[in-house]
Amino acid sequence: MTISRRAVLRTAAGAAGLGVVGGAAACSRPVVADQSAARSSRGPLTVWTSSNEQERAWGEAVAELWNAERPEEQVTLQEVPAGASTEEAVTAAIVAGTTPDLLFAISPAATTDWVRAGGLVDLSAFDGADAFIEGRVGAEVARGYAHEDGRYYQLPWKANPVMIMYNRELFAQAGLDPDDPGMASYDSFLDGAQAIVDSGAARSAIWPAPTAEFFQSWFDYYPVMLASTGGTLLVEDDRATFATDEGIAAGEFWEEIYARGLAPTETSTDNAMAAGTTAMQMAGPWAIASYDGTIDYGIMPVPTADGLSPEEITTFADAKNASMFTSSRHQLSAWEFLQFATAPEQDRILLDLTGQMPMRQDLLALHPEFFRENPAYRAFAEQSARVADVPNVPGSIEIWQRFRDGYVASAVLGKRPVREEFPAVADAIDTLLGA
Amino acid sequence: MLTRILGKQPFGLALAVPYVVFLAVVMAYPLAYAVWISFFDYVFAAPGMDIDADFVGLANYQAALTDPRVLQSFGNIAIFLAINVPLTVVLSMILASALNAVTRWTAAFRVAFYVPYVTASVSLIGVWMLLFSQEGLVNTILGPLAPDPSWLVNEHLAMPSIALYVTWKQLGFYILLYLAALQAVPAERYESASTDGAGIIQRFWHVTVPGVRSTTLIVLILSIIIGANLFTEPYLLTNGGGPDGASSSPVLMIYQKGIQQGNPDVASAIGVILVIGVGLLSLLSTRLTKES
Repeated sequence: MTISRRAVLRTAAGAAGLGVVGGAAACSRPVVADQSAARSSRGPLTVWTSSNEQERAWGEAVAELWNAERPEEQVTLQEVPAGASTEEAVTAAIVAGTTPDLLFAISPAATTDWVRAGGLVDLSAFDGADAFIEGRVGAEVARGYAHEDGRYYQLPWKANPVMIMYNRELFAQAGLDPDDPGMASYDSFLDGAQAIVDSGAARSAIWPAPTAEFFQSWFDYYPVMLASTGGTLLVEDDRATFATDEGIAAGEFWEEIYARGLAPTETSTDNAMAAGTTAMQMAGPWAIASYDGTIDYGIMPVPTADGLSPEEITTFADAKNASMFTSSRHQLSAWEFLQFATAPEQDRILLDLTGQMPMRQDLLALHPEFFRENPAYRAFAEQSARVADVPNVPGSIEIWQRFRDGYVASAVLGKRPVREEFPAVADAIDTLLGA
Repeated sequence: MLTRILGKQPFGLALAVPYVVFLAVVMAYPLAYAVWISFFDYVFAAPGMDIDADFVGLANYQAALTDPRVLQSFGNIAIFLAINVPLTVVLSMILASALNAVTRWTAAFRVAFYVPYVTASVSLIGVWMLLFSQEGLVNTILGPLAPDPSWLVNEHLAMPSIALYVTWKQLGFYILLYLAALQAVPAERYESASTDGAGIIQRFWHVTVPGVRSTTLIVLILSIIIGANLFTEPYLLTNGGGPDGASSSPVLMIYQKGIQQGNPDVASAIGVILVIGVGLLSLLSTRLTKES
């Protein structure tokens, strides 16, 4: 049996044409064409949370409370679809038009590009939204999460202020005082870290991921830079800021750690601090649950050049926020659920179930009993009043990747000095920003 | 007239149409779309968003080809292919011949080679990370001969380590292809060669190698295509192509630029360059293995 080559080609061409037309038609049709009608509509909602077990439990608890009050506006909870990261799963969902009404796991690094893609709803368009957001976290903190047009497309929800958790037993073995390690400055931190390794208490003093994923700088270099500069973001006024004396000093601090072999240059294959192969880890309050009952741990702020006191230190917020998608058909219900889910009562549920810090003013005063019952979280709650996040700029992830590549090449691998590498990377980022 | 349009065997055409449609929708359309994107200033957008995509000519190709990280990734994949493809062809052919000659425990040997191929790379990579870490089993055995920095964080060893891993993992599949091909080599040829005084090596070289030539072409092309599309191993084994991009691959760059960083236009340009490169390499393989 033979098939005419021309017939096959004709069929293929027709099918390809259909594919193009079909694809183009599918791509051009908005999920919700009438956004103003959706803005005043009520109805059932789909809400995504991260796949984190504790956050999922929070979502279920809050949805249950809401559903009991609003039988006509039932919330269905789902996890963010599996993907390498929430950001990638959400980007794919925005393009495909399969986003839910709300997501409680928004990384601020991605929101600028999602707004430009037309994926997020302008929350400022709802009555009283700006006042609600600024009332929750304070006007100054809130402005850090505003889009370049000054409007809010994300509601600050929770933070995981990055601090240094340490193994008190290993510190004692190294001759350091576990109650007051005295490692607040770069020099004293390096001395303490050296003592840990020299004493044989642990294979390494600290073990951040030395790899080149764009977000890894949020958990090694960036908190130290924020602490030493009083909260200067990586990019301000469309220019990179890390090639200043303070920024380079923070890079040289890490360069020294790796050069002395105080931190490994390969990834840990397990939880290094739980396994006892390192004495310190930079982490947020989420880590307490993983060390509770297994390690006698202490918590201290990230070091600064001159050893600032804890109440003067700003660190990385590692915030995850809540946003509404333009695919939402019932945006009024969604906005009301956003307010409900971030009320003080629901924030207390968040504390109880996850140990993560709700982003709101006077957190300690609002939930004193929680911090009385769980004193380990108090340091993080105090630190959460002095946090900064990633800059809200277009192409944020590309900028972080450029920075990370330069950081790994210089500070971690020592291929080029930080003092030479950082200005070159800053120039490249300025070019990306169009400066 | 109808016969002219549908051909002499319209039923056969009907049988072929579903697969042609599948190819058109899943392969041809995305490929054509990617080529189109590579010539425009394109960003991902929600359905219905009216975002202008300006024609930028070859600007995306220029951006890709002047990016040191992209060039490095193409250099890395050349190293990978230089190690992986010859090793794959030689080892799979030799091992298949050996397996073909084995008369006892045949199934056990075949399964042993095939298990890595059918096992998810994600789980195998975890084992390799443990084996090749600074204090892993391999370095423990090597003792003072262990490389410093260790295998996966050593810029000279990271890509060769990945190439060895992928060769080992994929070998079972190619061995199966050769085993099938070996069944078609007439036993008389081996008998004639033996009668003429040929030893094991001469029989392998003058009977087996020419007898499986067409399979060698398939193995060459498949290993080039699969190798050039390397992603999982640098993404997981060396945590995103480290150290300092020494094990990054073009597909990893496509992923980073297109999916992570929101630059699908430059990512598409890298993809088109990769497709052309793989096409040329496949063409070269066809020429090299062509029977005179």
